[in-house]
Amino acid sequence: MTSPNPAAKAAKPGLAQRISGERIVLALAAPVLAVVLSVAICSVLLATSGKNPFDAWNVMITYATKSDGQVNILNRSTTYYLAAAAAAFGFRMNLFNIGVEGQYKVAALFAAYVGGQVDLPSFIQIPLLLVTAMLVGGLYASIAGLLKVYRGVSEVIATIMLNSIAVAIVGLLLVPGIFAPKVSGTSNSIQTAPLSESSHFFALDTAGGPLWGFIFIAILVGVVFQFTLTRTRFGFDLRATGRSESAATASGVNVKKMVIISMAVSGAIAGLIGLPELMQNSFNYGQSFQPGLGFLGISIALLGRNSPFGMVFAAVLFAFLDATGSQLPLQGGFPSEIVAVMQGTIVICVVVAYELVRRYGLKRQQQKVGAQLAAQIAATEKKEVSA
Amino acid sequence: MRRSMKLAAVVLSGSLGMASLAACGAKSTDNTSSSASGDGSLKVGMAYDIGGRGDQSFNDSAARGLDKAKSDLGASVTEAEAKSGEAEADKETRLKNLVDAGYKTIIAVGFVYQPAVNKVAKDNPNVKFAIIDSNDKDQPSNVTSLLFAEQEGSYLAGVAAANKSKAKHVGFIGGVQSELIKKFEAGYKAGVKSVDPNIVVETTYLTTPPDFTGFNSPDKGKEAAQGQLDKGADIIYTAAGSSGNGAIEAVANKQGALAIGVDSDQASQPALAKYKNSIMTSMVKNVDNAVFAYIDSVKKGSAFTGIKLFDLKADGVSLATTGGKIDDIQDKLKAAADAIKSGATTIPTAPVQ
Repeated sequence: MTSPNPAAKAAKPGLAQRISGERIVLALAAPVLAVVLSVAICSVLLATSGKNPFDAWNVMITYATKSDGQVNILNRSTTYYLAAAAAAFGFRMNLFNIGVEGQYKVAALFAAYVGGQVDLPSFIQIPLLLVTAMLVGGLYASIAGLLKVYRGVSEVIATIMLNSIAVAIVGLLLVPGIFAPKVSGTSNSIQTAPLSESSHFFALDTAGGPLWGFIFIAILVGVVFQFTLTRTRFGFDLRATGRSESAATASGVNVKKMVIISMAVSGAIAGLIGLPELMQNSFNYGQSFQPGLGFLGISIALLGRNSPFGMVFAAVLFAFLDATGSQLPLQGGFPSEIVAVMQGTIVICVVVAYELVRRYGLKRQQQKVGAQLAAQIAATEKKEVSA
Repeated sequence: MRRSMKLAAVVLSGSLGMASLAACGAKSTDNTSSSASGDGSLKVGMAYDIGGRGDQSFNDSAARGLDKAKSDLGASVTEAEAKSGEAEADKETRLKNLVDAGYKTIIAVGFVYQPAVNKVAKDNPNVKFAIIDSNDKDQPSNVTSLLFAEQEGSYLAGVAAANKSKAKHVGFIGGVQSELIKKFEAGYKAGVKSVDPNIVVETTYLTTPPDFTGFNSPDKGKEAAQGQLDKGADIIYTAAGSSGNGAIEAVANKQGALAIGVDSDQASQPALAKYKNSIMTSMVKNVDNAVFAYIDSVKKGSAFTGIKLFDLKADGVSLATTGGKIDDIQDKLKAAADAIKSGATTIPTAPVQ
């Protein structure tokens, strides 16, 4: 095949475009399939419990068209996106950081403490809190990274254990006299001292209430995530290690270093998860600080295929479900648990759907390559005959 | 580089688009607020903590008070409950929904609602809020705290335990090591020591905050009770929500050991009927009385304000007598109760370290 084939060359861009168009359809097929399936399952569930599912969807969608509903959804998406990004960063390297849950709790606690003790001008104070949270989250996560590299402990086991330890750490520190101020005898809720005024992050005032300025931090995290992954050597090494550790080692990647760094970065992003709530809404870390965001992040990362772009949709979808789901009990007496069922079925369905779509895509690709090769062989044979 | 820039642009414009959409859309409360102005009837909204109606304990007690207000005072009521792991925004939304639906009296059950109540009450000064088990020095004036003197009831439980213990060895199991449960421990220990300072008191907490599973893990309660029984305690007081069911089960399995229940009269609860012979008494926290009294005060136009303490004197806490196991020491309990009511005995609210 020394002589270039002009016909094949001309057809190439068109073909590439067609493939990528098809790839987009394939990529969208799985999540859409999963959502449709879970809506169907939940509708059946609602119907069997004697409720009209369409009324329930109507309540949810109506709330999402209102301005305060939208602000609520966007604010939640901000938190959810950060949680997903934290989990996804590890996943891209085949590193299952299940410990996002513990990392954000510890990080938010320390950030809240620092924010309550220090009062500097905003332009120092806010970066200080961001750095504190990221540092604490990163350090906490790197315990699991170090254990994996030097002791061969599975990061899954280590991070799950560290989640429990994180709860104990918060329990140990979040008591009056240590991280929480002394309280009177009649108060039962314990929280850190309120953040100084200068720690408050900016919010956009909309008709639906304050829209958290942290959304821009979340966007920034997404952009840096994508850039690092696709445009830097580190990102290449990370993806290579994720695909095949031995191949990466053979091509000169220091896998041990990669594990520690990725774990720390994943933890650092996790450190940001608690900050929107902390710096925009509650301004303190209390005993009822929202738990479970780490595990939610794993679901969202899965749904968004660990892609910074896909996770935007996944985060908004989950935020939509959670925000509008809280309307259900008071507007028609629907059980709010239906939202949890829906999120669960979406995650299960999406795993199955991705695998189905992947196999289908693989088959299509094989067929296509086969057809292409056959056409090429036919073309060269024809040439040889004519020559 | 180009692709990531494009990506950034898309994300940015997308979110800004949504934000501007948010800025111009109608609020979800716009259409409901007009219908909210009711006919002046008593409309009471209640927001429960996790577990809600049917938890056999704290929330159920509040629900009883609400039911009584419904039948005796003709209040129209709506209820909503928290789900575990929810965001702070969910609590605010729940309270706001109740406000928007025209409920002018709203009762939040449990201290987890404090920040949300503060915020929503500030925005709705004409709505009356009550919060059970919590107060905050910054709470707006339209918020009333309904508090209980758990240490006083627990003191009596301690007196009863000390008088009934043959082994001179008793136990305390707390669900979560929170300020609230520490009040139970402090009162109980003080009560025991008032009878006989030489009695040994075992103390076990099932979890520490922010892990609140200690309130709904009967397995943990059972294990802790078994541990205390093995050490020789023969009377165990459990203040741990539904975890207490496990502790009571463990106590019932040991001959001669007795349990002290909490919050509701646990010896008369159907779910615990088979262990009722092992339940000596229960430290009843009359959340229902408090809820009813609050709604009644609103109806009469003289709503409670600030902090309303339901102590022994106000019948906010008491010992249950179902089963008659403490009938023989009633005179001693009465003497102790009178001393508390008259102020002769003061009880610590935090355990002595």
